[in-house]
Amino acid sequence: MADTNAQLIQLKDVTKSYRRDALEIPVLSNLSLSVPEGEFLALMGPSGSGKTTLLNLIAGIDRPNTGQVVVGGVDIALLGESPLAKWRARHIGFIFQFYNLLPVLTAYENVELPLVLTSLSKKEKRAHVEAALTLVGLGDRMRHYPKQLSGGQEQRVAIARAIVADPTILLADEPTGDLDKVSASEVMILLERLNREFKKTIVIVTHDPRAAEKAHKVMHLEKGDLSI
Amino acid sequence: MKVPKLIWKNMLRHKLRAFLTVLGIAIAVAAFCVLRTVVTVWYAGVEASAVNRLITRQAVSFIFPLPYAYRDQIARVNGVQAVSFANWFGGTYIDKSNFFARMAVEPETFFDLYPEFLVSRQELEAFKRERNACIVGEDLVKRFGFKIGDVVPIDGDIYPGKWDFVIRGIYHPKEAATDPTNMLFHWNYLDERLREQVPQRAGYVGWYIVRVGTNTNTAEISQAIDNLFANSRAETKTETERQFSQNFMAAFNSVITAMNVMSFVIIGIIMLVLGNTMIMSTRERTREFAVMKTLGFSGTHLVGLICGESLMIAALGGGLGLAITFPLISFFQVAMPKGFFPVFFIEPITIILASVAALSVGIAAALFPVHRTLRAKIVEGLRFVG
Repeated sequence: MADTNAQLIQLKDVTKSYRRDALEIPVLSNLSLSVPEGEFLALMGPSGSGKTTLLNLIAGIDRPNTGQVVVGGVDIALLGESPLAKWRARHIGFIFQFYNLLPVLTAYENVELPLVLTSLSKKEKRAHVEAALTLVGLGDRMRHYPKQLSGGQEQRVAIARAIVADPTILLADEPTGDLDKVSASEVMILLERLNREFKKTIVIVTHDPRAAEKAHKVMHLEKGDLSI
Repeated sequence: MKVPKLIWKNMLRHKLRAFLTVLGIAIAVAAFCVLRTVVTVWYAGVEASAVNRLITRQAVSFIFPLPYAYRDQIARVNGVQAVSFANWFGGTYIDKSNFFARMAVEPETFFDLYPEFLVSRQELEAFKRERNACIVGEDLVKRFGFKIGDVVPIDGDIYPGKWDFVIRGIYHPKEAATDPTNMLFHWNYLDERLREQVPQRAGYVGWYIVRVGTNTNTAEISQAIDNLFANSRAETKTETERQFSQNFMAAFNSVITAMNVMSFVIIGIIMLVLGNTMIMSTRERTREFAVMKTLGFSGTHLVGLICGESLMIAALGGGLGLAITFPLISFFQVAMPKGFFPVFFIEPITIILASVAALSVGIAAALFPVHRTLRAKIVEGLRFVG
């Protein structure tokens, strides 16, 4: 990151609305948020409160109507599409609710996918992928395709994919939303470990109070307002 | 994992669809090649015509003869280097299906004017010595098993009666476009028989072949020849051999045009087939593309992936199509009536055209999916349910 400001993520007076046909639907209104480096933050709130939108803005996959989204000192809302894609590849690891693994690729290849964008050698890529899959406990499932894995295993492959390029920030959108209790607990323990041992800054969006318990801080978003 | 492997895996996502698309392209490319080949061989005579040969024919129609007496007058025209002549004979060899061109020619000069007909010196001398001798093209030897010394009996139609010709030589085409299916015999043999049986038809030739210098003004010489016989009972029309062949081909223009149009319609069909596959394939992967963008893949990466996949399918289909074209052409050669096309071969330009067409279609078919994928917002893509 260009700036090692204590506040790694800063949203300042962010407004975001969506257009549905002729209707303008406001989602976030003058929202401000600061997340220090090394934080594990859980965002909770009812459906439609704007949690995912907030996460998307931090990830640089959506843009605010007004306001600033400063991550590591860079106002990402000002970046063009191509620099923004490069920025995401370097700084963001994203974990989706429904894993979003590519079905035609093995667990190994799915995890390797972000490394296709790097200049690492084949040997270095292999080392990164194997380390990531071993870390999530799937060192013995590398050649398995997503359809040959359970939901929990798929989500762990997705986490391995998110961390393989060693990003600064991990963002997870309902990472346990599609999992049973045991798998959900394993995923949250894994995220907690990534935060504790590898000092990753993590922001998760969740409905699940048990998942939120693992976070250092829980914030509630309702009708565009954030509260602790 | 390399990008080509990712493209390959994406292409094989729906194996049956990929296979059918590749097969569709292959069939279309093969059909394109066959049609182009037919058009090419149709024009083979035009392509084979020499730039320094003129043809002098009857001005009214090619089917009317010209007096033999014109020969010396034409030879005296300034710029003319040599003159020969030929006459269409027609006739039937055993059965009407055994069609090939039979022409009475001037034995002393004809092969000088047609150096693309390669005959050994000994065979040519033997041909010149014997009044009822003939020289046949090498394809007739392959087709009918002719050999030197064989007698070829012909039933005359334009020139009625039984005609026997003795094979004294075999000519070999110098170029691929040279017709290897002619039978050429002495004009004198024909003329003598006519003098005996139908004297009023004697003393005429079908057309004159005139050799001029390569850098001479052919239009001027042609005009000079035609002026010689203006207002005579047999006015002439002289033109370059290429113009002569083109005029002869003009009768088939609509068929050739239709085949040309069809060959390009086929290219359009390939584009629709591949375009449809690519649109379906990328639409199904809308969410995956959004995920890849989230991972940091840029628009350029996605353009590469989509175009790569489209090009890979097009290249496989094109390659397979070209591979089946050769046996297909061989099949057509066997299946078509003998003598319908004197030469039948695939020109390198046809292969190049088919390859370029397949790859261009590969790129064109990817344009709409690329445009759609680049325009799609990541958040909308992640919400996509296929």
